[in-house]
Amino acid sequence: MSMKTFRRLLLLGLFPLTGCHTVLMAPSGDLAIQQRNLIIDSLILMLLIVVPVIVMALLFAWHYRAGNKKASYDPDWDHSTMLELLIWSAPLLIIIALGALTWVSTHKLDPFRPLDRIAAGRPVPADAKPLQVDVVALDWKWLFIYPEQNIAVVNELAAPVDRPIQFHITASTVMNSFFIPALAGQIYAMPGMETQLQAVINKPGEFNGFSANFSGDGFSHMNFVFHGLSEDAFAQWVQKAKAGGGELSRDEYVKLAAPSEQVPVHYYAGVAPNLFMAIMGNCVPEGSACMNNKAAAPAGGEEGAAVPAHGADSMAAMPMAHP
Amino acid sequence: MSLHPDLTRLIFGRLTWHEFLPEPIVVGTFIVVALGGLVLMGVITYYKLWGYLWHEWFTSIDHKKIGIMYIILGLVMLLRGFADAVMMRAQQAIAFGHTQGYLPPDHYDQIFTAHGVIMIFFVAMPLVTGMMNFVMPLQIGARDVAFPFLNNFSFWMTVSGAVLVMMSLFIGEFARTGWLAYPPLSGIAASPDAGVDYYIWALQIAGVGTLLSGVNLLTTIIKMRAPGMTLMRMPVFTWTALCTNVLIVAAFPVLTAALAMLALDRYAGTNFFTTVLGGNMMMYVNLIWIWGHPEVYILILPAFGIFSEVTATFSRKRLFGYASMVYATVVITVLSYLVWLHHFFTMGSGASVNSFFGITTMIISIPTGAKIFNWLFTMYRGSITFEVPMLWTVGFIVTFAIGGMTGVLLAVPPADFSLHNSLFLIAHFHNVIIGGVLFGLFAGLNYWFPKAFGFKLDPFWGKCSFWFWLVGFYFAFMPLYALGLMGVTRRLSHFDDPSLQIWFEIAAFGAFLILLGILCMLIQFAVSFIRREQLRDVTGDPWNGRTLEWSTSSPPPKYNFAFTPLVHEGDAWWQMKQHHYQRPLGGFIPIHMPKNTGAGIILGGISTVFGFAMIWYMWPLAIISFVALLATAIGHTFNYHRDYYLSAEEVAKVEASRTELLAHV
Repeated sequence: MSMKTFRRLLLLGLFPLTGCHTVLMAPSGDLAIQQRNLIIDSLILMLLIVVPVIVMALLFAWHYRAGNKKASYDPDWDHSTMLELLIWSAPLLIIIALGALTWVSTHKLDPFRPLDRIAAGRPVPADAKPLQVDVVALDWKWLFIYPEQNIAVVNELAAPVDRPIQFHITASTVMNSFFIPALAGQIYAMPGMETQLQAVINKPGEFNGFSANFSGDGFSHMNFVFHGLSEDAFAQWVQKAKAGGGELSRDEYVKLAAPSEQVPVHYYAGVAPNLFMAIMGNCVPEGSACMNNKAAAPAGGEEGAAVPAHGADSMAAMPMAHP
Repeated sequence: MSLHPDLTRLIFGRLTWHEFLPEPIVVGTFIVVALGGLVLMGVITYYKLWGYLWHEWFTSIDHKKIGIMYIILGLVMLLRGFADAVMMRAQQAIAFGHTQGYLPPDHYDQIFTAHGVIMIFFVAMPLVTGMMNFVMPLQIGARDVAFPFLNNFSFWMTVSGAVLVMMSLFIGEFARTGWLAYPPLSGIAASPDAGVDYYIWALQIAGVGTLLSGVNLLTTIIKMRAPGMTLMRMPVFTWTALCTNVLIVAAFPVLTAALAMLALDRYAGTNFFTTVLGGNMMMYVNLIWIWGHPEVYILILPAFGIFSEVTATFSRKRLFGYASMVYATVVITVLSYLVWLHHFFTMGSGASVNSFFGITTMIISIPTGAKIFNWLFTMYRGSITFEVPMLWTVGFIVTFAIGGMTGVLLAVPPADFSLHNSLFLIAHFHNVIIGGVLFGLFAGLNYWFPKAFGFKLDPFWGKCSFWFWLVGFYFAFMPLYALGLMGVTRRLSHFDDPSLQIWFEIAAFGAFLILLGILCMLIQFAVSFIRREQLRDVTGDPWNGRTLEWSTSSPPPKYNFAFTPLVHEGDAWWQMKQHHYQRPLGGFIPIHMPKNTGAGIILGGISTVFGFAMIWYMWPLAIISFVALLATAIGHTFNYHRDYYLSAEEVAKVEASRTELLAHV
């Protein structure tokens, strides 16, 4: 039986009631699909030992009850080298397997790592350029800035199917977590810092996105819809945004950033230059000094300059005060 | 008000009349609590019990009484924490679509914060500390802990913290940040009111108690074991108590430091955890979990110890693999410091850092798995009686196996990216904290109750409680696993998707079953007290126990043991019984005893005042109470009448009455 069939069987067995509502078990983005597979593989590995433990617990408890005269009773038996070797090595073997799986998958599915495939057996085309989206968690709504398209949207997100997306994520005041379960795992959105997520959506449709880290009174309504669209539909969506309204100037951003709840979708036809870096530098109002990095000053500066190198093992989201 | 506004402000800080009883639900609660309190006080006054309580309990430095008071504190706070849980389950079961539920977000947010804080700091911790306090000195053949006064002081500091949390219900508000109060949300900009300050001062004051109690119990185990009790002859519960107190001593200062820096950020305008001037919130998240992860092992290790004692006793068999049990405990203790980052894989660490912490987390499951097998093979070829403590143990093994599995799953970083902060996580940690810690504490409560009071707990109501808790647990938390897989995150007070509602209704039903479990437990206490003559145990050894606490009377005399026992093997009392041990009937000598003192409760009381003053910016009162605190503490050091000798005649009298009781068995 192939691993895939086995997984399907387990899916059926484990979640008969939850069916198609379990978005994590039936996602639509390649990253989330790989995470789903990993969850199932890990569970299978662990069930190898957990099921026997549960069976043994119930069996031993029943069989060796005091009333059972047929059961042997050996009050001084308290040691067996063979058994002890076994009870240490059985979990050890499982953990060695799971540890190897963890090491490989954690590197492969690192949210900062550029994608090398858009789906199983479909490598990213050599000329593909990821869609850039700058994400800002505000009190209590989401702002998505599309630097290429020069648009910004509140509480709605869209991306073309099968095109890699590169999210740059930050927050205005408190910590949130950017999460679209159907697309990929979550990553924290933190003020003064940038995290990243590389993902791809493989199916058209509407998917839920939200904050997965409590951020205050308006948290429960910090939802948005993520649209997976065909290339054409995406272009239309961008046009709609362009037609939608005024520019997201710095003043406009300051107004938007004030706490508000259940904010309707809103489109901006243009975005003030370097707004995202200024948000990270806590210096959006004209003339205010950026606290993090000179490179992020309104006058210019390179996108990403303030982000510490996400080298092999460095903490990606290091303090922005670093030179 | 004839006082000048500036003067009012100086004296009362930012406390105004508006802070009292802000909401109808709170007013209702207050009325119930106030009436209950008045009735309780009335009863105590009517039966003239104040003197008894003061002299025999509040000022007592006897480790057994302090242990019992810790457990009472834990059970009382369990009722408060559970009330919060019921309110959350009710809100989440109804707040769908256009229905906003009955709790506005600012109230709901306080409730889940208070629930977490209370359950960990003021339920689980007092119950664990109480259990260690009562049992451990008896198990090692000691007459008390190393520092008896410190023990009393520690207890009252814990009470002081609990009192501050309870006060926040009626005066002002509690934190709305989640139980770990991550900045910047807990910073002064996002949380300007008194809630987070209640949180900080309650935990700081209670933390003093926890840390000192850790030092105390650790010293006791190291220095006060009966002659012959080498480390590898210690009962497993004492081993787990040793490791837990090592963890407490090493981990709690980190919490203290983290909260102190948060307090400085809030009070003095420093920038440790802000986003400006080089501060960084991620330092707080790291620090709080460097304490927080060992904390969960502080709670679970003593529970493991209880299961070890219970399994061996009720299987009437030596514990299988004592040595590997001990090594497993020590390995867990060490590893618990190397896993903290798994609480925030999603904060953006590199893949290698995440994998490192994921794998160290998984490694903990190896010694834990070995422990579970050891319990299984203790039952194997045993002769098991299903008294209430054993039921909790079997329920634990099955439940904990599931919770352990989902925990290891969460330790796989890419899986955690999907499951982090979801209801799957909530289900996981309730699975191990209820199924592990709480089941263990309830097993221990039923197991050692006859030692503390001389009569067993009623088994019928104990079994009812067990089954309601067990079934209630599965109803309450299995739906949360499913909801987590549906991508539902934690701490939401409202949902848009109506298809989720049925799962929350099932979970609410589970909470109702747990409520029945708690009620059965309260009935169990009442029924046992009424039927105490039928449930009486005069032998001191109702379960045919194996360790030294069962060798003395129930309840034990003040001095625990007339003669310090000599230990020749593990399972000391079992071996003594095998060798037909004869209780000494004469030759008693005077016993050196510590005297009761009111200093602990007074210091605890002043600490409450100090904390309250700091919370509300009442600077003059804060200064006065702090000076009073120091003066009382220093004054207490001049108390030279701290001890006395219990004469040989009195010891002989106590022992003779026991001899007479035993003669009638």
